[in-house]
Amino acid sequence: MLSITDLVKVYPSGERALGGVNLHIDQPQVVAVIGSSGAGKSTLIRCINRLVEPTSGRVLLKDTDVTTLSRRALRRARRRMGMIFQEYNLVERLTVMENVLSGRLGYVSSWQAYRRKYPPKDISRAFELLKRVGLDGYHNTRADALSGGQRQRVGIARALMQQPDLLLVDEPTASLDPKTARQIMRLLCELAHEQGTPAVVNIHDVHLAQGFADRIVGLADGVIAFDGAADELTPAVLNDIYGEEDWSKTIQKTPADQGKGKNRGTLERESAAG
Amino acid sequence: MSARVWRPPKLIVNPWVRYGLLFMVAVYLVCSLTPELVPLVSLNIDWTRAGQGLPRAADMFSRMFPPDFSRWELLYKGVRESVQMALAASFFGMLLSIPLGLIAARNLVPLPVYLFGRALLGISRTFHEVIIAIFFVKIFGFGPLAGVLTLVVASMSFIGKMLAEDIENMPPGQLEAIKATGASFPKILLYAVQPQMLPRYLGVSIYRLDANIRHSTVVGIVGAGGVGQVLAASFSRYDYDFSLAILITIVVLVFVGEFFSNWVRARLR
Repeated sequence: MLSITDLVKVYPSGERALGGVNLHIDQPQVVAVIGSSGAGKSTLIRCINRLVEPTSGRVLLKDTDVTTLSRRALRRARRRMGMIFQEYNLVERLTVMENVLSGRLGYVSSWQAYRRKYPPKDISRAFELLKRVGLDGYHNTRADALSGGQRQRVGIARALMQQPDLLLVDEPTASLDPKTARQIMRLLCELAHEQGTPAVVNIHDVHLAQGFADRIVGLADGVIAFDGAADELTPAVLNDIYGEEDWSKTIQKTPADQGKGKNRGTLERESAAG
Repeated sequence: MSARVWRPPKLIVNPWVRYGLLFMVAVYLVCSLTPELVPLVSLNIDWTRAGQGLPRAADMFSRMFPPDFSRWELLYKGVRESVQMALAASFFGMLLSIPLGLIAARNLVPLPVYLFGRALLGISRTFHEVIIAIFFVKIFGFGPLAGVLTLVVASMSFIGKMLAEDIENMPPGQLEAIKATGASFPKILLYAVQPQMLPRYLGVSIYRLDANIRHSTVVGIVGAGGVGQVLAASFSRYDYDFSLAILITIVVLVFVGEFFSNWVRARLR
């Protein structure tokens, strides 16, 4: 579904944000990308839809090589990639409905977009999505009247409105309180699975990543330092990704859901041994 | 032990420089105001004529009273023309400022287009309305057409500049989000730029309408129509009582314009 090969990004300042990243996602799964600030997480997902122009390497979305597309073809490819942001990036003076419908901008003419004349099936889908994300009845509320969690729900609905083949999610919870963060993360992962859409989720919170993602990728200095299942995260792995630190507190907090409880035992043994 | 004293640091630390500058200012004042003392810097002010100015002013003001509104039809025609000029100029200025503002915003257009847009803005803002009005009067002759064109140019560059700066200060995230949906440039303008810009744009435009009413009285003095032209004519005929009537009307007109503009802009927020 998504196949990234030798992706390199060097900024004009000379900063090497990505130093040859290889990442392959071949099933609908939620992939959490963790790593310290400046490890290249944001650059990675922005190179996938070319909001940041990669220096070299290939990004294959199904059979389309995104890196070689012309501007027009790139716009078509972007329609297939829904993006969700840390600061929600809703257009604040527009209503919730207009924000959600803006996910269909790639499919309507400018005149239709200006007149807000979207096809009826888009509008009914928008209503369904709003209901699904828990914002039933908010369609005529202006985006700047919403709380952070509500805004992120609109952001999710906007991205899903595109019926994307891939979700690019940049720190969806970093501006939210812990409870809302969990709710948003849960909603996001549920919807990704419901719609069968793979998602690349940049996330600071290792604990949330472990709790919700199917797979975890660790970026350190622009290269992949870890790629595996959530329960394969060990203090040694976290040391590789973030540098030396006492991780016992972080990992112990992992919720004792079924199946993850035994993992906690192994981690404790390992840290005791180390 | 004595109490520690504190004095605020001087703007110019070196006392020689500090008092030297003051001395030079004094020397310059004496040289420029005294005729023929130092011809290079002298303003050649004829102090006898300056002295005669005061009684002449008294004479003029005495002839201004009482203001003469008897030729109100001429006055009304001038005022109406000025307001019409201001309205037309604001309207076309608002329209033309949009493309100008867009091409002068660095975050929307490529560098060459941006430089071209900024150059247009720069050139049209360099010259004062009166100078532009002189050009248009030379090209199109006396009358309100020259005045309207002058104010269109001035409004266009004023609103355009505000618009460009506002677009550049826009939070980049919304632009990024709309771009990420695969939207083309016109749709980005419609969904990310326009909603954020509209209230400020209307506010600036209404302010400009008020400014245009004021400026329309000025450009008339060089022959570009409106109440200013009537005023200039009355002065040159020494009809000072009529001049005062015109001045009073302009004060009322500008006051009403400003009141209207403030009222609308308060509603916009």
